[in-house]
Amino acid sequence: MIGLTHYLVVAAILFTIGILGIFLNRKNVIIIMMSIELMLLAVNINLVAFSSALHDLVGQVFALLILTVAAGEAAIGLAILVTYFRNRGSIAVEDINLMKG
Amino acid sequence: MAIVFFFYLFSIVAIASAVLVVTARNPVHSVLFLILCFFNAAGLFVLLGAEFLAMILVVVYVGAVAVLFLFVVMMLDVDFEELRKGMMNYLPYGAVIGFILLVELILLFGTWNLSPDLIAHVSAPQPDNITNTEAIGLVLYTKYVFWFQTSGLILLVAMIGAIVLTMRHKPNVKRQNIADQVARGPATSIEIREVKSGEGI
Repeated sequence: MIGLTHYLVVAAILFTIGILGIFLNRKNVIIIMMSIELMLLAVNINLVAFSSALHDLVGQVFALLILTVAAGEAAIGLAILVTYFRNRGSIAVEDINLMKG
Repeated sequence: MAIVFFFYLFSIVAIASAVLVVTARNPVHSVLFLILCFFNAAGLFVLLGAEFLAMILVVVYVGAVAVLFLFVVMMLDVDFEELRKGMMNYLPYGAVIGFILLVELILLFGTWNLSPDLIAHVSAPQPDNITNTEAIGLVLYTKYVFWFQTSGLILLVAMIGAIVLTMRHKPNVKRQNIADQVARGPATSIEIREVKSGEGI
């Protein structure tokens, strides 16, 4: 029978793939942002699995909030990316050193 | 039995497409696999009994976020092969760290139990006789209305930020200036000249 642990393991695997994606595509900001989306999705699966296991709706309300933040983050991140590409003609992470941070 | 079958179907497809998201050569393929991954995650949500969230996931992620990614990937003229160079150098580090994290998470999830008196502390219990959407609506607009409005505020800030970041005025384009048009009167637009007979101006 499928229980809470099965869903948590799927979410853990998805989260790990997201982290692996950040390591693998260290130069490509677009793939890094997609990896972040994958990690947020894994967190959402965790929240919904607990919500379902406990018959508590707060987990789903919280997952809704995470969905909102993920959408805002994608919009702002891609807007920054477009502006940066317009100014520099590149999206390589290593070139982002204008502020010498 | 059907639930077991669909659980394994959705989770295996979701994990396989997540792997392809991070390893695909073409970023457009990455975005398409991301869409597939989100669809299967929505299927998992349906299995968990969270139908409303599953549909929202499809609408928000597939309808908005993934299309935004697709738009940016296709709009930017970037040599993605160049960006992939040195990918294999990072693979060992990423694999080691990811493997350690995965083992830790699975050890954690495999060896614990929910406290039996946890059910007494549930703050928004799911009623049995109404649908998931109705139940979420009943708590989201009453008990958690502050969170709901805060998420609306986050979306507003994100929208304004995205517009401010990407808007640009080209210097040589003529634009309508309504204030100038309204402020214009006879004194600034009409000129009376003496014209001599037989000559032009």
